[in-house]
Amino acid sequence: MSGAGTVEAVAPAPAPSDTVPGTVPRLRLEHVRKEFIVRDATAGRGARKRFTAVEDFTLDVRAGEFLTVVGPSGCGKSTLLDLLGGLTEPTSGRILLDGEPVTGPGLDRGVVFQQYALLPWRSARANVEFGLEAKGVARAARARVADEYLDLVGLTAFADRYPHELSGGMKQRVAIARSLAFDPEVLLMDEPFAALDAQTRESLQDELLRIWRATGKTIVFITHGIEESVYLGQRVAVMTPRPGRLQTVIDVDLAGAADPGSDDGEHDDVRSSARFGRYRHEVWSALHSPKEDAHV
Amino acid sequence: MSSSTAPHAPGREVRPVTTTPPTPSAVDTVAFADPPTLGRRQVLTADDPTPSFGARLRGAGVRVLRASAAIVLFLVIWEVAPRVGLVDQVFLPPLSAVLESFWGLLVSGELGKHVGTSLTRAGTGFTIAVLLAIPLGIAIGWWAGVAQFLGPFLELFRNTAALALLPVFILILGIGETSKITLVVYACFFPILLNTIAGVRTVDPLLVKSARSLGLPPVRLFQKVVLPAAVPTIFTGIRMAGTSSILVLIAAEMVGAKAGLGYLITYAQFNFQITNMYAGIIAISLVGVSINAVLVSLERHFSRWRTT
Repeated sequence: MSGAGTVEAVAPAPAPSDTVPGTVPRLRLEHVRKEFIVRDATAGRGARKRFTAVEDFTLDVRAGEFLTVVGPSGCGKSTLLDLLGGLTEPTSGRILLDGEPVTGPGLDRGVVFQQYALLPWRSARANVEFGLEAKGVARAARARVADEYLDLVGLTAFADRYPHELSGGMKQRVAIARSLAFDPEVLLMDEPFAALDAQTRESLQDELLRIWRATGKTIVFITHGIEESVYLGQRVAVMTPRPGRLQTVIDVDLAGAADPGSDDGEHDDVRSSARFGRYRHEVWSALHSPKEDAHV
Repeated sequence: MSSSTAPHAPGREVRPVTTTPPTPSAVDTVAFADPPTLGRRQVLTADDPTPSFGARLRGAGVRVLRASAAIVLFLVIWEVAPRVGLVDQVFLPPLSAVLESFWGLLVSGELGKHVGTSLTRAGTGFTIAVLLAIPLGIAIGWWAGVAQFLGPFLELFRNTAALALLPVFILILGIGETSKITLVVYACFFPILLNTIAGVRTVDPLLVKSARSLGLPPVRLFQKVVLPAAVPTIFTGIRMAGTSSILVLIAAEMVGAKAGLGYLITYAQFNFQITNMYAGIIAISLVGVSINAVLVSLERHFSRWRTT
């Protein structure tokens, strides 16, 4: 059996992705601003200056939505994710999760990092159990839930392997299973596929879409890849750097784009359809305006 | 050396490889699109087929021969050189005479008594050092304030040779067990301390960040992430301490003691029982090698995940 069915038995039934308009958004960012104090090399020894990583960021994320955030490196994407994860606090503005202000890290959000962050002394199964331990799940239930989520990411046969015995793609699957297993409301992903080779990345993107549909999680996915943002996201939030701010949000609808006989042609490859190309260009244009110099 | 992939071939992996039957879940077959490690392993075993029993035995024989050749050569020279008059037999008796004394001391139980005494002292001092140095090292590694407060002080003592303090220990603590055990504690303390500090400080910050993102409280984070990550480094320190515990103890026993391997050696020398002296030295080597072997295997056990 596929993992999806079994997982739904553990997780509460996923909310329909198109929620009733007017309800509280799953995540809301209100004029979020984050400043760091950094060393000022130009002003001599010991000098400090303020550096604004994220500026006046306002955005709602619907329950069950797949939102991608795209921007060049250094535009404050990772800071944004740390803010959402509660690992750092905004200098001003508010972040609300289901209407409640975020005050710190918590199991209502799961974070997937680019470098996997698996505990190397634990097997794949024990790594997935890690979040469940933090949640206080009983031992017997932990093993059962961990196995279900390893099944969801297709790693049942590798449950007893240690991270150094797994490929990069497999490690990231374990990391995804770990973040899903403790059943967070929101999955925060910080360039999770950036360290993988192109083929593995594409197969994991499809896996992630399948998992998202199976679990109905809200996903905020940060990337610097334009194509990745278009392929995965229902909406693409485009960020521009210095200071990192929200440039625009682009709605993406690729449903049927790859169907044979559609206006786009005969191929079953979404990425090479004309519609995909148009979205790709739209994101590209948003990234390159108005501050051209920032991305050359 | 048959290169056929024998189905019953004794695997070199720790766990059986369960690749051959593809996973039944049809949806998940896409999951294996990325190159899994297993594929590479199979290639590896095909290149390196499991050798037959005879070939393996021969391989092991060659290895043992090569590893022991230098030692055997040394022992042969030890036996021959005094006999042919290259060195004075009185000061360096041939190996066979020394082994005879060794056997005599072993049978009479005298050697056992001395080894027991030395091991008790070394073990006590070593244990106390472990119990003191690991918590202190964790504190220094984790809290910058503690490190700033104790750093220079410890650096001063770390660079004071343990044996230089032996007279001080004897003056203050007397010539009995206390001064010797204290010396062992002192000598074992620093390798363990420094490695514990290094182990705690070099924990991958991403692991800490990831654990923090789960909302793990500091105590649990320490117990579940920092400590397990530091264990291999701490064990390196423990192994180094184990070696130095015997080294300094022998020296201390040579200065003033009524039992122990160091005492046996000096006592034999004073009484001109030269073969006994060499027997004592051989006993020290054997004890040192065994302690190190035990600690190395322990260290390996705790750092298995560190491979690659």
